[in-house]
Amino acid sequence: MSDASQSPALLEATDLVKHFPVRTGMLDRGPKEVVHAVDGVSLAVRPGETLGVVGESGCGKSTLGRLLVRLHDPTSGSIVFDGTDITTLSRRQLRPFRRQMQMIFQDPYASLNPRKRVVQLVGDPFRIHGEGSAAEVRRRVQGLLEVVGLSPDHINRYPHEFSGGQRQRIGVARALALSPKLIVADEPVSALDVSIQAQVVNLLDDLQDEFGLTYVFIAHDLGVVRHVSDRIMVMYLGAVVEIASADTLYANPIHPYTDALLSAMPVIDTGDDLEGTVRRSRIVLEGEVPSPINPPTGCRFHPRCRYATEVCSAERPQLVPYGDGHFAACHHPLGGASPMGATEGTTASEEGA
Amino acid sequence: MRDEIATSPLLEIRDLRISFRTEHGLARAVDGLSLSIEAGEAVGIVGESGSGKTISMLAVMRLIRDPNAVIEGQVLHRGRDLMQLPEREMQAVRGGDIAMIFQDPMTALTPVYTVGWQIAEQLRAHEPLSKRQARVRAVSLLAEVGIPNPERRVDEYPHQFSGGMRQRAMIAMALSCNPSLLIADEPTTALDVTVQAQILELMRRLRRDHGSSVLLITHDMGAVGELAERVVVMYAGRVVEEGPKEAIFRDPQHPYTWGLLGSIPRVDRARVRRLAAIPGSPPSLLDLREGCRFEPRCGYRFERCATRPELLERVAPGRRDACHLDPSVRPALRRAALDGENAQASA
Amino acid sequence: MLRFVIKRFLSMIFVLFSISLLVFLIFFATPGVDPAARIAGRNADQATLAAVRKDFGLDRPWPFQYAVMMKKLFVTRDLTSFVNRGAKVVPQVLEAAPVTLSLVFGAAIVWVVVSILMGLLAAVFRGSPLDVSLMILGLIGISMPVFWLGEVVNLLSQSRLHDTVLFSWVPPLGYIPFTESPFGWFKALVLPWLTLSVLYIGIYARVLRSSLIESQEQDYVRTARAKGITEREVMLRHSLRTSMIAYVSLFGLDFGALVGGAALLTEVVFGLHGVGKLTYDSLQNLDLPVIMACVMYAAFFVVFVNAIVDVFYAWLDPRVRYA
Repeated sequence: MSDASQSPALLEATDLVKHFPVRTGMLDRGPKEVVHAVDGVSLAVRPGETLGVVGESGCGKSTLGRLLVRLHDPTSGSIVFDGTDITTLSRRQLRPFRRQMQMIFQDPYASLNPRKRVVQLVGDPFRIHGEGSAAEVRRRVQGLLEVVGLSPDHINRYPHEFSGGQRQRIGVARALALSPKLIVADEPVSALDVSIQAQVVNLLDDLQDEFGLTYVFIAHDLGVVRHVSDRIMVMYLGAVVEIASADTLYANPIHPYTDALLSAMPVIDTGDDLEGTVRRSRIVLEGEVPSPINPPTGCRFHPRCRYATEVCSAERPQLVPYGDGHFAACHHPLGGASPMGATEGTTASEEGA
Repeated sequence: MRDEIATSPLLEIRDLRISFRTEHGLARAVDGLSLSIEAGEAVGIVGESGSGKTISMLAVMRLIRDPNAVIEGQVLHRGRDLMQLPEREMQAVRGGDIAMIFQDPMTALTPVYTVGWQIAEQLRAHEPLSKRQARVRAVSLLAEVGIPNPERRVDEYPHQFSGGMRQRAMIAMALSCNPSLLIADEPTTALDVTVQAQILELMRRLRRDHGSSVLLITHDMGAVGELAERVVVMYAGRVVEEGPKEAIFRDPQHPYTWGLLGSIPRVDRARVRRLAAIPGSPPSLLDLREGCRFEPRCGYRFERCATRPELLERVAPGRRDACHLDPSVRPALRRAALDGENAQASA
Repeated sequence: MLRFVIKRFLSMIFVLFSISLLVFLIFFATPGVDPAARIAGRNADQATLAAVRKDFGLDRPWPFQYAVMMKKLFVTRDLTSFVNRGAKVVPQVLEAAPVTLSLVFGAAIVWVVVSILMGLLAAVFRGSPLDVSLMILGLIGISMPVFWLGEVVNLLSQSRLHDTVLFSWVPPLGYIPFTESPFGWFKALVLPWLTLSVLYIGIYARVLRSSLIESQEQDYVRTARAKGITEREVMLRHSLRTSMIAYVSLFGLDFGALVGGAALLTEVVFGLHGVGKLTYDSLQNLDLPVIMACVMYAAFFVVFVNAIVDVFYAWLDPRVRYA
């Protein structure tokens, strides 16, 4: 958590689309089906800030994370990193950029090669980019292990000798190896016990302060996302429904889906009525998230929305600004909020006014 | 519910101890769990990995088949000790009077049989029904848990259901024989948050309609808050604290509970600067000390902690905790633990 | 399910066509090889070669040659073997086929039944002396080469112990067609069935056992137990059914190969003139038309059996049907 500066965006994505073809058998006829994993997402992340991306299954947040670091190739749209358009760069051209953007994955048991020792796992980035002799790499790996709170003596151990939380720390150390500017963390704490989650979250926080990192933090746990993020983006079925600063999103959601999502969180009543306590009434959504192969027409949320009207099924709402960096895509914004008239139709990347 | 005079309590676990013989020694998974649950009550057992919460419930159901397991203690239910029952009689209890649902609905149903068939299997194991009668019951059960088009869905396979639907189907199956006790092992953990809310709502409603007791095993304090009346907190195989839910949330007595509550980022109030994380990790089950098992990670340990703290009522009737700290100093320590490090975050 | 079956059979036809084309190209279109010489045999004179060329249309473009070959094989069925002095090929194959099929189907029934029993017993009594001995027995079965075992069986049943009550019923080596004498057919095949299946029993019992043991750790088995059904019902209804999936796919591969002629050694040892033996003999003589016919036959049966197994697999595992 740190103040988002007013400098130009470190990472900017415009109208990102990723469709995965659904493979049918050789003898099937008919139109090809696609999974609309990400369907027109635009975002901008400033240096030093943490953008949280939150949503449920099928919303496309994981795919988005991989698109941002070009682990997937976008079907259309553009990605600009630190001023350079990296959307269509070849793998060789992409290499120097890969040093600057790294990813942390969800499953600490699957994302580390069980046959490699820690020194190789964390040291590989150096080797791949041709940096440093073996002895130097070793030294740097030891340094990184210390930074993430692990003992440098464990440099020759295998992943299975560590606990889940420690493995996740190894993943973080690996991501930090080449001093990246941006880290995309895809559900980095979901597979961990609650008390270990807190440790890793604190670690990520400290590292951000120490190294000036920028994070895109993808998660489904609203509490964790709110804690770590400066700004939060809510996704539903491949589209962005709302973007706002963390506090504003939780205090004054505009989109009905955000509202339902927030209200679905169980409340732990510890009895203290501290300042800023918000009590919500529970909105239980009907039905389930539809398949991303056949998303609903118009606003994707309309079949489950209690405020839906004709226009919601006919026309897909645009993401419009509501002031103070708060954007939402809805025909019937909550609380009677009204978009800033003059700037209607602008995209999210023009925020900062 | 069975038409018998319910003896109170409905289920009483007495000093349950579970260990596993491994090549590295004896792993003590559960060390003296004592717990009772009344008819119609909802109890939440909270703990993290290694707390022993799941394994103790598997032991209650006699579902542990590991030949290296050593299980001691008593589980009293309707005047009988379930640990001593012959397997045949235990089969009548399982699924009949005490039912259990599991965590991952994706893998918890057999992929090669239809959902209706699997529900019917449970029904016919406990009641003399024909296939057709069982199918009719299965359809109405699916309808009761809110699955649309139950007549069609009953002939579909588990992989054709979504996660939330599968969990509902599992709940339907578990409740099919009207058990007096439902044990739910992390029923909502693998589900999306909006689906979680639906399932918890469903479980609340079914509890009301069927009057069954619920033992909810979870690491999610939030789920506990939604469903349970009484909470039991476990750590490394032992109960560290138990009591009514509001009391545990508002006035927790054990440093582990403080740590647990402090680790959870809260949505309903202003953000904190830093999560009050518990340092270190849970102990290996092979290497357990006799004294307080939380001691290595506890910021308030002192010499007495080398001896095992008894689970006793120290602050109020109905509330037990296993901590040597003097009850009078606890509130201040708790406040410091939960709020001290956290100045309100600047917006 | 029906859609799946139809799709599977359509793709089977496509595969068969591709195989026939490929086999044809290998034999007729390999550069540097004169197919006429191949067909006519080793010491053919010019006149024979010319006749062959005309007969098979070897001076015409290859699609025409392909059509001619297919006509000779399937339509007019008058493909002749020059090496064998004009013996018709297709009848040879058709005569050999029932022998192989009888041998292989019978052996398959034996091995499936016995291996399932063995695998189940071993898994249910895992770790017990019964389990250990069953697995050792299976291992012995795998280790004995079929030709050796066959010869030993012959030694005992045909000569050494032939006069004892144990083996006096065994007919001399060879195949007795079912149409001639059902009982004779059966008696002639009993020992070959048992011999051929020994190897497979060992393999499949082990496969099933490990599959069953693995399934016992699965979540759905735990759920099944929690429902209060008996352990036997858990094992048979839940574990076995899902374990059969791996078993069946393995079976499809082995059975298909056997049907196609891989039981050669058994056929030779027991004097059964099946397709395996026919292929072997024709390879020795470099009798091209026979080789081609055998290859086509083998390919057809392998693909056909695999298609059947796939359909069965889809019946077993509903998740596959909609893929």
